[in-house]
Amino acid sequence: MVEKTFKVIAETGIHARPATLLVQAAGKFDSEINLEHKGKKVNLKSIMGVMSLGVGKDAEITISAEGSDEQDALNTLEETLTKEGLAE
Amino acid sequence: MSTLLNGIAASNGIAIAKAYRLIEPDLTVSKQTVESAEAEVSRFNKAVETSKSELQTIRDKAEKDLGADKAAIFDAHLLVVSDPELLGPIEDKIQSEGINAEFALKDTADMFVSMFEQMDNEYMRERAADIRDVTKRILSHLLGVQIPNPSMIQEEVVIIAEDLTPSDTAQLNRQYVKGFTTDIGGRTSHSAIMARSMEIPAVVGTKEATSAIENGDLVIVDGIKGEVHINPTPELVEKYKQEAAAYEQQKAEWAKLINEKTVSADGQHVELAANIGTPKDLEGVVNNGGEGVGLYRTEFLYMGRDQMPSEDEQYEAYKAVLEGMGTKPVVVRTLDIGGDKELPYLNLPKEMNPFLGYRAIRLCLDQQDIFRTQLRALLRASVYGNLKIMFPMIATLGEFRQAKAILEEEKQKLMAEGTKVADRIETGIMVEIPSTAVMADTFAKEVDFFSIGTNDLIQYTMAADRMNERISYLYQPYNPAILRLVKMVIDAAHKEGKWAGMCGEMAGDETAIPILLGLGLDEFSMSATSILKARSLINKLSKAEMEKLAESVLQLDTNEAVMEAVGKAVK
Repeated sequence: MVEKTFKVIAETGIHARPATLLVQAAGKFDSEINLEHKGKKVNLKSIMGVMSLGVGKDAEITISAEGSDEQDALNTLEETLTKEGLAE
Repeated sequence: MSTLLNGIAASNGIAIAKAYRLIEPDLTVSKQTVESAEAEVSRFNKAVETSKSELQTIRDKAEKDLGADKAAIFDAHLLVVSDPELLGPIEDKIQSEGINAEFALKDTADMFVSMFEQMDNEYMRERAADIRDVTKRILSHLLGVQIPNPSMIQEEVVIIAEDLTPSDTAQLNRQYVKGFTTDIGGRTSHSAIMARSMEIPAVVGTKEATSAIENGDLVIVDGIKGEVHINPTPELVEKYKQEAAAYEQQKAEWAKLINEKTVSADGQHVELAANIGTPKDLEGVVNNGGEGVGLYRTEFLYMGRDQMPSEDEQYEAYKAVLEGMGTKPVVVRTLDIGGDKELPYLNLPKEMNPFLGYRAIRLCLDQQDIFRTQLRALLRASVYGNLKIMFPMIATLGEFRQAKAILEEEKQKLMAEGTKVADRIETGIMVEIPSTAVMADTFAKEVDFFSIGTNDLIQYTMAADRMNERISYLYQPYNPAILRLVKMVIDAAHKEGKWAGMCGEMAGDETAIPILLGLGLDEFSMSATSILKARSLINKLSKAEMEKLAESVLQLDTNEAVMEAVGKAVK
């Protein structure tokens, strides 16, 4: 399993468009991918799961991936987060 | 065998096309046990896959036809239809309880919907609507029924519906929708107003359009006479094709007046403006020679969506309209919601008498965040054209003063922030409540203009709900009671050197125009498609003669007597 922690910098936090982008990106991989925030863990391939977390600005989030393409998945998600200016 | 339905002619013109029923099918489900849970899960997965590919097609088409922002809603739907946290529990439920997919889906989705609806975040509540829409789509495939996808229409059609809501009309592609007909509604209901602003023929209030017309039936909508012919004979189709051509020719005659001023036979100028609902309607205003926008109904910005439009979004719309009209005046009515126009996301309680209730300026003065956002957007846009702001449903001078004070506050705030605002913005009111018409002389000292909203003024003066077909006889625009109120308002305005306009249906009515011209109305605002016809009529009338006519009809006793007198005077 691989994981990495980020700090959310987007004003609106992780919902609306950012959430859509993340879930779309996660959906491309076979690995099991989770998003953890304040001790609550949800499936990053689930839009409803991600939204129910209510991640706001300055929040700390941890993304973990486990499976055949775990490193690939984590890299791609990190790229999405930074490229869109969502987290660092 | 051709069938004839009679209804109310709501929008001029003739349409001949195939029927497209815009009707929600019955999607009720009940709990049943199934023999093979395996088979049921695979049936469910198949319905999900079909829904997914259908949504993908709709998404791509929406992006191509309507733009990426309209397609975004279907992106959200696609994520929901692929969501493992939604699909997983449904499959588990089918297997563990041995029940039908329809019920497992409905039950699980309902749980998510209520969870999201309870969140205190606007965006989350919007997701509840997505889940509901996606559930409907999957259900329709499980049940083997069709849900309408109006954005997917690819051929010329006539829309058949019980009634059309703003969100329905927002999805209609003007290129393909040639006309529509509904079961309910009258000349002033939303569907009728939309039809006129989209310039497509419509017959409303047929009572039985949805029960008599099947998908694919050939339908003629005669929006001039108020008739709908179902599966007409070839002879009748031919006759209507000729009538449509004659109507086009008449329109071509009127079209010669597009760039002319509106001047009476004795040389008096009045202004003919248009009522619009969205920036898209500007094309119709220009094509029909409108001398301004007399009523911009901003509520359409707020309707057919799941949350308030942002200040920037509103600013863009107002700016587009102001720029589109150049130096010509644009009267923007602030939010007029409530009554027959609901906003689901405001969560307003149902009222016994919505037309007499919490609506328009009453709501805006109470929920000032909504009002201030709109005013700021308007003020920011004001530098792009000739903006006039109008408050709806004013019943007391106190309301007007309060609304104007809030406007002034926002103006000062914006200027302090360094935002440019037009120096002088005329501020006026809709006169649609009898108390305001009666007090017009007092109001005239403080407002910059009046615009008489006749649809509501008639309804409130006659105490007759205009949505109620059983008392539609009380919709009497020429009743001397109404005409006298109109005269009071116009005279009061002129006494203080202000102008008076009218933005109700009556302003474009051939019987009313001679009287209104005689009463001295300065501005007539109507559906864009009525402008050229009205201009051609006014060109033939002498204002001096109409003044005499107006004076005499005010002394008559009934609506009918007035109609007769006008008919005799104006041949």
